[in-house]
Order: sequence, then C-alpha cells, then structure tokens
Amino acid sequence: MPEQYRLILKNIDQPGYTPDLECYLRHGGYESLKKAIALQPKDLPDGKKQSAQEQIRDDVKASGLRGRGGAGFSAGMKWSFVDRKSGKPIYLICNADESEPGTFKDRQIIHKDPHQLIEGMIISCFANDVKLAYLYIRGEFPAGAKLLNQALAEARAKNFLGKNILGTGYDLEIYVHRGAGAYICGEETGLIESLEGKRAYPRIKPPYFPAILGLYMSPTIVNNVETLCHVKHIIDMGGAAYSKLGTPNNTGTRIVSLSGQVKKPGYYEIEVGKVTIGELIYHSNFGGGLLDGRKLKAVIPGGSSAKVFKAGEKFKLKKKNADGTMTEVETDMLDLPYDFDSLQAAGSMSGSSAIIVMDDSVDVVEVLANLGEFYAHESCGQCTPCREGSLWMSKALHRMTHGHGRKQDADYLVNIAQNIQGRTICAFGEACSWPVLSFVKKFKDEFEAKGAADEARNAGAGPK
Amino acid sequence: MSTQATTETKPTPPPIETVKIKVDGREFDVPKMTPDWQGKLQPTTMLQACQVAGIDVPHYCYHPKLPIAGNCRMCLVEFGTPAMGPDRKPVLNPDGTPKIIKSVLPYEPSSPRGAIACASPISPGMELYPSSEATKQMREGILESLLINHPLDCPICDQAGECKLQEYSVDYGKSASRFVEEKVHKPKQVDLGPRIMLDDERCILCTRCIRFTKDIVGDDKLGIVNRGSYNTIASYPGTKFENNYTLNTVDICPVGALTSKDFRFKMRVWFLKETKSLCTSCGTGCNTIIGSRENVMYRYEPRENDAVNSTWMCDYGRLNYKWINREDRLTQVQGSKLKVQTWANAIQYISEILLRAAAGSVAIVASARQTNEELYLLKKLAAKFNAITDSVPRVGEGDRLLLDPDRNPNSTGSRLIGIAPEKMGSSLPKIADGIRGGSIKTLIVFGEDVTKHGITAELLSQLEHLIVSDILPSATTAAAHYFLPGCAHVEKRGSFVNVKGRVQRFMQALQPKGDARPEWEFLHELVINVTGQNGFVSIEGLFNEMAKEVPAFHGVTWAGLGDAGVTVQI
Repeated sequence: MPEQYRLILKNIDQPGYTPDLECYLRHGGYESLKKAIALQPKDLPDGKKQSAQEQIRDDVKASGLRGRGGAGFSAGMKWSFVDRKSGKPIYLICNADESEPGTFKDRQIIHKDPHQLIEGMIISCFANDVKLAYLYIRGEFPAGAKLLNQALAEARAKNFLGKNILGTGYDLEIYVHRGAGAYICGEETGLIESLEGKRAYPRIKPPYFPAILGLYMSPTIVNNVETLCHVKHIIDMGGAAYSKLGTPNNTGTRIVSLSGQVKKPGYYEIEVGKVTIGELIYHSNFGGGLLDGRKLKAVIPGGSSAKVFKAGEKFKLKKKNADGTMTEVETDMLDLPYDFDSLQAAGSMSGSSAIIVMDDSVDVVEVLANLGEFYAHESCGQCTPCREGSLWMSKALHRMTHGHGRKQDADYLVNIAQNIQGRTICAFGEACSWPVLSFVKKFKDEFEAKGAADEARNAGAGPK
Repeated sequence: MSTQATTETKPTPPPIETVKIKVDGREFDVPKMTPDWQGKLQPTTMLQACQVAGIDVPHYCYHPKLPIAGNCRMCLVEFGTPAMGPDRKPVLNPDGTPKIIKSVLPYEPSSPRGAIACASPISPGMELYPSSEATKQMREGILESLLINHPLDCPICDQAGECKLQEYSVDYGKSASRFVEEKVHKPKQVDLGPRIMLDDERCILCTRCIRFTKDIVGDDKLGIVNRGSYNTIASYPGTKFENNYTLNTVDICPVGALTSKDFRFKMRVWFLKETKSLCTSCGTGCNTIIGSRENVMYRYEPRENDAVNSTWMCDYGRLNYKWINREDRLTQVQGSKLKVQTWANAIQYISEILLRAAAGSVAIVASARQTNEELYLLKKLAAKFNAITDSVPRVGEGDRLLLDPDRNPNSTGSRLIGIAPEKMGSSLPKIADGIRGGSIKTLIVFGEDVTKHGITAELLSQLEHLIVSDILPSATTAAAHYFLPGCAHVEKRGSFVNVKGRVQRFMQALQPKGDARPEWEFLHELVINVTGQNGFVSIEGLFNEMAKEVPAFHGVTWAGLGDAGVTVQI
C-alpha cells in the first residue's frame, strides 16, 4: 500500500509541534550538528587523513541526494565543483525563493520547522568551510522571513550559530535576505545578482559558474530549502543508509505538492520512486481521487514549467532485468513512478515536485493562456528569445481565448516556442516554452478546433 | 607555421600557442588566448576564432571594447566537440578522423543547440558551423524576435543606412513577418540627457550603452526598468544622462534607439563622405571620422586607435566643430596696408618686408593648434631673423579617460619643433616688451588673438608690420596690416603630436572657403622667397623633410604614420 514517508515532515503538523527552538530541541534538534562537528579526521587506506568536512561531503555524495529545487542535480557533485583553492571565501546560499507555480513545499518547512532548515544549513556550511551564508527568501513570504530571523536569533543565542560554534572554533553567520518579488530570482545566478543588489538577470555560463564565480565573484553553493534539510538527515542516518530510501539514483524522500482538481490537495512526502503518479492522485493516502463525476484530462508533473502529461498517454520505459539486460515496458502515465529518471524518460520532469491535476472540465487553451501570461510577466527580459517570445506566445494565447483564434495558431505557437528553447541564458527559456510545446502537441485537436471555430464565427465579421 | 628568417637585431617573439579547430569544415590554427575588452589575455572565444578564419559572426550586444553580456543571442553558432571515450581519449571514426559530437538539446537529441560565440571559449578539435542550416535558423529566429516589437520606422530613423537591424535582416532575416499581435508600445522621444534622445521602441536592449557608461566612463547612470518585453532603458530616476562621453552610446547603439540631438534629422548617413581626421579640442588627439556632404561638415565620430582613444571620444570634442561652418569666417586676403587684396600681392609685400627685416626685429606667435608642417615652416622663417617665437597655452580641466588639461592639439609639436619654449607662453611678455621698447618692429601671428595674452591692441598699433593669419575674426585680425585667410584642420592636411608623443596625420574633408588657403602652402612660398630654401610642394615631402631636421621625428615618414600614427620620444 503506497504510504507517505515523513522524514522532513516528521514533526511538521504533529499536535503541539511549534517552530521555536525549545520544541525543536525537545525533538532531538541540533543533535546532527553536534555529531557533524564532532567528527574526527579519519585515516584513509593510502595513509592520508580525511578531514571531518571531507567526510561529510563524501557522505552527501554517497547518499545520492539530488537537488530538490527543480533540476535534480546531484548535491554531492555540486559541492565537489566548488573551487576550494581560489583563496576567496566560499558562500552558501539557501534558495528559499519557492515560486514555481504549483509548488508549496519549502514554505511548510520555513513556517513550521525552520530550525530543521537552519541545522541543515549549518552542517552544509561546516562541510564546505563556509563562514557566511545567506537565506534568500522570496519577497512574498514576509511571515516566513520573520520566522527565520527569529529562529536564527534563537540559534545564535544557543551558539549553534555565530562565533566559535559549540566551542569548535568554527564561525558561521547566516543572514536572511528578502527578494523583491520575481520568479527569476529563483534561478541561481539571478538570485546571486539579486543578492548583490542588482537586477536579477541570470548570468552567462561560461564563465559565471557559481561554484567558481558566484556571489561577489567567489565560489558559491546554492541549494534548495528541502535539499539542505536532507543533509541533516544524511548526517543522522549516514549516507549509505539514506541512499537505501527511495530507488537507485532517485534516493531519499521528497515532498510532493499536489494541487488541482483532486479531493485532497496538499503536500505529501514520499520515498522517491516508490509511489506512482496515479497513486498520488487517486490513493486515499494522497489526493483521494478526482472530484465526483470528473475524468482525468491532464497532469503537469513537476511544476508549471514541466511538460504536461495527457490522460491515457503511454510511454516506453527501459527496465533493467535481473540479468542486467534492458527491456522496454509500455507504461501508462499514471503508472510512472514519481521520481527524477522515470519522468525524464517520459519526456517531462519531476522539477520542483509539484503535481497539478486537471480534469475534463478544463479548457486546455485557457490553462495554457494562464501559464503563458505568467511566464510573459516573469521573463526578466535580458535575452532576446525569451523576452520577445514569452510575450508573443502569451498574446497569441490571449487572442485565442478571446474569440480570435486561427487554425494555424497551433503550429504558430509551437514554432515560437521552438525558437526559444535552448537559445536563452537560463532555463527560463525552457520553462516558458515547454508548457506550450507539450500542451499544443498533445492537445493539438483542441487548439485547432478552437481556432477553426473562431475563424468560422469571425468570417465576414470584418477586421477584429 | 613557416619559420621566418630572423635578423640579429630583432629577437624572435615567443611562439603563440595555438589550438587546431575547424570552421565550416576548414582547419585553422587559432591562438589559444586572445585579448579581451580590457586587453587581458583570455581563452579565445568562438567569435574571435571565426574572425581569425575570416568569417563574420553577426552580433548586437558584443562589442570588442565592452564587457561581454551575451544577451542578444544573435551570435549563436552550432558547434561540435571531439567525442571522448571512457579512457579520456578521442573516439575515432572508421576512417581514422576524430568523431565529433554535435551540440544538441539535452532533452531533444535531434535538435541542434548553439552556443553564444561571444562568450564561449574554443577547445582543441572543436568544430564550428557558422554557416550551417541550424545556425542560420537560430539567427533567423533571433532576428524575428527582435523585429516583432520594433516599429520598423526606417524611413524616419537616423540610424537607417548604418543600422545592424537593417543589415542583418538583409543578410540573415526572413522577408515576411507572421506576427499578427499588437506590438508593445514604449516611450518615444525620451529626453535622456542634454545631448541624447532615446526611442525605446527601437531599442533591442543589448545594454551596450549601460555597460559603456558603467564600465568605461564609471558613471553608472543607465539601467533597465520594467520587466520582460516591457524592459526599457532609462537613466537613474530623476537624473539625466549627462557625462562628457554620452554621445559614444549613439555610436555603439546598433539600432536607432539612441540618437544625437546634434545630428538627428540633419542628414541621411549614406550621403556622408567619410574622412579620417583628428579631434583638435585637446592634446589627446582622438582619431575621428568626419562626416561631410557638399562641403558642409555634419558630424565627428571616433575612429578606433588603441594607442590613443580606443573607440571613444568626448562629447566636448565631438561637438566642437560648429565654428567651422560659422558665417563670419575670414575668407578674404585683406589688411589695412594691402591695397590690392590678392594672394600674389600679399605674398610679395610680406616677402619684401621680411627680406628687409633686421635680425631680432621680428617676433612670431604661432598657435599650438597649427600643424607640425606649418610650425616647421614658421620656424624656418624665425631662424632667418633669430626671431623670438612662442605659442599660447590653453588649459582646462582634464579627466581620467580622454580629455587632457592641455586644450591645444599640438603643444608637443610646437615644443619639439622649437616654436614654443618648454613653458609655453613664457616668451610672450618678452615679445610685448620688445614691441614696447621698439626692438620688435614686425609681428607675425598665426591663429591666436594676442590681445588676450598680454600683447594689447595698443602695442599692436606700435608695430611697423603686423602680419596675421587666422580663420575667425578677433581684435588681432582687426589690427592686421596684412591678413592671410587660413584653413580649419578639416580643410587641409597635416600632422599633430599628442601629449604622449603620438605623431598622427589627418586628411582633408572640405574645400577651403573663399580665398582661404592651407597655411603650409603660402608659408612655403614665403620661406622660398625669404630664405631661398626650396622645400617640397606636397605635404608628404614637407613632412619627410621636417622629419630629417627635427630630431624627435627622425626616421618617421608621412606614409609611415598610416592611419594610427607613430609614437616618438618626447
């Protein structure tokens, strides 16, 4: 029976659990930090010594932890790219700019268990010799920022933070920085620019890889809120034990934000890959099914920029047999295990693990017009294809939803989107073109029907 | 690489490390490192590599003298890199050539993916495909995006004729538009600063202007407001864009968004004749291009010279040309003692005066705005009479970029040739005293109003002979017994030496007005008549003769100056 596995959410929403330090300490808080900083240098078989920091970094690598922000990149790898020989300070930034439509997981942690995040951050900073870290929280979360500042003050008072942490000689300061309210501030280099006080224009890579030339042109690690929380649990359990959670290459647990037309929308923590999309939508432990009398039409599986799945869509997934050979298995969209690799193999992504469910009452042209408007509004406008293309698509979709569609608009939209993806400075180009590419391709009949109906109605009606 | 025979005097330069790459299928050895916008060696970019291969990669935001932004995406180029096996050795094709993996979208392996050539470094064995179908398609897409919200008002746009949107549209664009939505409307005729007008609808947001004023001038005044397709260039709220370098943004603006208030609507650029010249407003000697038509000058633009002004010039110098077209220009041979006002007559009279003059009875005030050639001829006259000579110093406020406190274009030349003493102007009181005391009876003044520099009108009236050449009226020209109309630098050829010892030449853009003649021409006649020395009838010969006689110029020739000039020891 598919069930939640509450690792990050363990204490969250439990009766009597409050976000203050005392409550956190009663529940075993900051024990992982104590464990991490107490680690002693270890002798390696080759005679070299491995520092406590290197041990933690190795453990995070061994855990197989992948970033929970959207790209699903290996956290251990990200840390290993950091230029540790530059002589410049290394910065760590917690990306709390949770703004992908459909996503509402990080805010649960921030609001209900901020110390878990702070502990994860301190351990991560310690492991990477970071002396100064920032918690970049989106401007629309004023209450969350206040809570985090309170929590940081509490941690400071108990010397979990500040000078000479718990007598180890390790100094760390964390500052909360509130964003000014833009989706693009969640893009790591846009975030860094914003943190530097500039317009959140993503940087070109090369040369500005954060691990080498990040904040203030220094090596920088940017991790998502949930990712940093997992670091705490990796220290708790050990990387090897953590990697047994979930499925191979898709380890650990993940908080899924489930929204749309299901009976029980909400956030559910699962072992990655152990629950299917269908179970998340229909099982009583999760979404509890669609509203009565409705049929499933479409699912956006990983936040609004992920490519949509159409109900009944089938995918050929490669499955590894016991003898190591691979066989292709036809898999229905609902039977896709909710993990990084399966969704990618199905042509979409788990992104920020936000599932948006749409039933048959939904007009997909309206849905896409809504998404298009969002992306046109949020494009930073730095590079040409996204700046011009996102608004172009939005205007075309607005026209279509206002009675002036054309039959060729389906192809028109796909072509505009194709001219954006892969040609932009940051991944926003994909974020704004993927919904268009997938919706129009998978529901082309509906787009063409709408266009044809408008053309027929407007024929002879004169210019619009 | 071929080994060149080396002479003993020239040491072999250290070999340049190169990288083998292919551009459109042809193999090239490209330097591994290339200077960036600040002249620092950085890994060679795809764009620079294509330049080595002689292939232009279209671009808007990239400018060789500005930090790289990478935002226009026009320079996207399809590329491939050698495949590497697990052993980190290149994978070979059956025919032994290295296997190349073309760049593709990671999620759509059949779609090529480009890299921005301006910011992407090359690597050994890389293949660039700047002429491939995929590259063309990417350019077409970018151009379409840039044009959908562009007003397409070329017929009334000053940039037309030198507009990169026009040029690339012809070269890489589609002829028809499929855009059926309403265009974005943005502010027009924005008064950005005292010299700059902005049309936001024409702007393609390449940020060249922002980077120029921030990173070159150090006046972080421009930025972008609003978001996405509504992005708009603006100056910091409540302020104007008004540093001394604002007009450079008009030059580097690839489209018609930023226009010069001075030049806009004055002349279609394709009518302009372009002449290589120099700015005369200070001792820096910025290289310029004069835009003129039908003997009227319309604008200065900076001309690239990394030894002098990079690709910039200051607004003060750029706009300091109006005097050339002034109505009250002096264009006639005249003078109170000249009855028949012709050149032949004037030269004859003056020659006779000078032939009769005793040593020490003549003084010469020559302008440090005059060319080396003119000063050299005046020096020859001065030597004949052992005359006191000097120039008039002109000092203003300088800045750290281009504007020099010395507002004369040729103070260095004046000193090197021996007209001005080390402290320019220090001999002027001696000349005044000489006139007052009666020892100086003849004064020759070129291009200066000496009444403002201690030689008063009253003193001038005591002279037996006052010979003046200038182009604009002054108290000195009014007092002249013999007046010879000269030329502005745009009306003649010649050379200057800037404050750092750069000898540079300039060409003639306009015909002299009225009877005016280039000073070197009539000075040459006077020198022949008075000293008997025959020089050369061309500016080339004159310069080369001077280079033999003036030690600082030894070894320099007119031809050798080229467009960029030569630095001499000062």
